[in-house]
Formats: sequence, structure tokens, C-alpha cells
Amino acid sequence: MRRRLEALIERLAEVETVEALTELIHALRDNLDVEHVVYHSVNSTGQQYGILTYSDAWVERYLEQDYARIDPVVQGCFRRFHPVDWKSLDWSGKPQRTLLGEAIEAGVGRQGLSVPIRGPNGQFALFSVSDNRSDAEWARHTAARVRELILVAHYVNQKALELERGTDMVPVRSLSPREIDALTLLAMGYSRAQAAESLAISEHTLRVYIESARFKLGASNTTHAVARALTQGLLVV
Amino acid sequence: MLRYIYADSLDQYPRLAATMFRDRARQFAERLGWQVEVNEKGEERDEYDALNPLYVIWERPDGSHGGSMRFLPTVERCMINEHFRHLTGGVRIESPLIWECTRFCLAPDSDARVSAALMLGGLELGLGFHLAHSIGVFDARMLRVYRRLGWEPTVIGQSGEGRAALCAGLWEFDPTLRPRLLARAGVSAAQSRRWFARAFTAAPKARPVPA
Repeated sequence: MRRRLEALIERLAEVETVEALTELIHALRDNLDVEHVVYHSVNSTGQQYGILTYSDAWVERYLEQDYARIDPVVQGCFRRFHPVDWKSLDWSGKPQRTLLGEAIEAGVGRQGLSVPIRGPNGQFALFSVSDNRSDAEWARHTAARVRELILVAHYVNQKALELERGTDMVPVRSLSPREIDALTLLAMGYSRAQAAESLAISEHTLRVYIESARFKLGASNTTHAVARALTQGLLVV
Repeated sequence: MLRYIYADSLDQYPRLAATMFRDRARQFAERLGWQVEVNEKGEERDEYDALNPLYVIWERPDGSHGGSMRFLPTVERCMINEHFRHLTGGVRIESPLIWECTRFCLAPDSDARVSAALMLGGLELGLGFHLAHSIGVFDARMLRVYRRLGWEPTVIGQSGEGRAALCAGLWEFDPTLRPRLLARAGVSAAQSRRWFARAFTAAPKARPVPA
């Protein structure tokens, strides 16, 4: 399961069209073993952008009723940066109960988890998964995957911004010389301990450099980060 | 009690917020002599307070501030990447699993239990939201304090020497630290869980499932 998610993240890094991203979101749904995956983004001028696995009928209904106005998920995540389980939100109001009833009817599921992302220039995005498991099963299912979900949420958002605006508009996440040093040594076959010693830093420090570089490269793990950096011509080995 | 409050909800706690920003002025401007701005109300606020950070605050029974700290994700604008890159080898530390912690502040008459409670609050955040690390900048003499409180950061870079050296450190979120911090803070595990749940749960009746 984990290896397949890593493979999906590697595919995500190579995505170049909205169609390919949509396909990938569907593959994520299967991999994460949930009913639905939803990516929804709003920029500072109010322009919306969504890639999701919901039925067209439900999306239409949601937009037509302008449910985002009263949706506890949207309200509860806006301007936040911690992952939010839908159970922790207030569904007690009448419009919220109506929305919930319709959502369950439409096959959204009775459970959900959302990762809010506060992007550049006032952009705001939500990456959500929803499902029909019981409370206990859902808690188990998500607890094992929250970290991956948080990472995937950010990678999908980066990719969506890149596709929406064209690569030239995305602020380049350049690697600093120390990150390049660290990845170069790993690419040359050094162990972490040898790389840290060679750079005269602690292994802890090296780990943070690599974690940082991995995120900037949209990579699934260290090996993938090294590969991405090599193909982008960032490393001279 | 421990409160976890985003900046845009601070107006629901006017006394707590006002005393927090005043205690920050006392600690950072007056006592430590940092070059921070203090407004006409005697409050220390900076541009990062305007980015809707998440505060962990110890609230006293009278509703005033006992101590606090401030969290921001490292994938957004934050102090470590905008002011302290010389402490991280020039690396922009960026990961959704690493949050930065700044403005660790105590009211003048708060004791070590408040410090421990704040550390506990930071740990609850990290564990509750499945983070890997928190990163912060502090002067070297704080290392001894953190060690005594039971949760020592790993120093990943520093400038200067001796007690006054400025350090960047990483706190790893590890559940085995909880009992120690609970004991130092004089707080039960159940109490700590309740404080966290109260902050991040809308209402006990709130359930997406019609029962």
C-alpha cells in the first residue's frame, strides 16, 4: 500500500495536464481506500478550481445551492492550517443538517478529513477524503495515513497551481547550496552518517535538510528526491 | 488552563490577548532588549501575528495570560526562513510536517509549571496533528531550561559562542515525552486531552452521523 502511494507521488511529480491530475486524483482514491478525494482551491479574486471524484449531480447541487457558504468543512478550515476531522465540526444547525443529509444521500460518506492549505497570495485550498466507515474504523484508517495525506495535499496543490498558472508563474522552490550538497553526497552513494560527517553537520541536521529538499522537489522519499534533483540538473555528481 | 487559539479568534478572549501582548513587550523589549516594536497600548506585536498563527496560551483563573507561544507552518511565511537562515546553513526549512514555534513568553510571576504546561501544549499539537518536528530559535542558556522541563531540542545550527549564542533547534514530537511533561506541569492526561479537544472540537453534540 505504502509503496503504491509512493509510486503515485512519483507519478504526480511528472503530471503536466489537468486531465492527468484528474486521473491521478481518482487513483489516489483507490490507493487511500476511501469513497472520495476532493481538491478545491479558491484564489484571492474568488476564482474557484476543483478536481474531485464526487458525482457530477452532487457537484452541481452543491454549487447551485452555494453550500460553501454554510458548509462546516469550509467554514471550519478557512484560514486554519491543521488537519480537520469532519466529526469535530458543528453540524447542529438546520442548514448544516440538511447539507449533511443530502451529502450522505449523494454518496459523499458520513466521515471526512480535510487538510487546509494557505497558499501564495491569499490562495486557499482544501484537500479532503471522505468515507462510510464507522467512527472507530475511520479513526484507525486515518491515523495511519494523516502524514501521507498532509504531504499529498500539498503536492497536489503545488501541481494544481503550476498547471493553472503555467510553470513560469509559480515561485521557484530553489534548493539552497547545503541541500544540494546533501543530495549530491547521497547520489554519490554516501550513507547519511558519511554525508553528515563530510558536511560537518549532525545527522539530525542532515535529516531536516533532506526533508526540506524532498518537500520542495515534491518527492515521495529520499531516493525519489535524489532522482528528481538529478533529472532537473540540480546535482553535479 | 491551556488554550489553543488562532489569531482570528483572539477577540473572543480580550483580556487574555491584551495581557499576552503586554507580557511579550515586557519580556522581549524590556527584559531581553530585543529590537521589537511596542505599540501605544504597550503591546508587542509583529507582522507574523497578522498571518493568523496558532497560539498556545496558559490562561490563569482570572482570565489573564500566564505564558504563551506561537506556531506557524514552515511552508508559509515564517521567522526561521525570513530572519534566521544563517542558523540553518542557508537552508529554507520547508515541510508541512514541521511547524515553527516562536515568542515563547512567560508572565513575570509565572513559575516552571507554566513553562512545562506550554511545552505540553506544543507536544499535544504535534501529536494531535501528526507532525514530525517543531523548529525554534532561542539563546543557548534556554537549553538548560528545556532540559530541566523534560524536552530538549536538537541544536541544528548556532551563531556566537557560550551562553549568549543564538541557536536553531528541533523538537521531535514523541508520545513517550507526555508523562514527563504532564508530571512537570501538574496536569492529568485526561485534563490535557480535554483542553485540546475543547479547542479543536466545535461542540460535543456535533457529529456528521445522524445517530
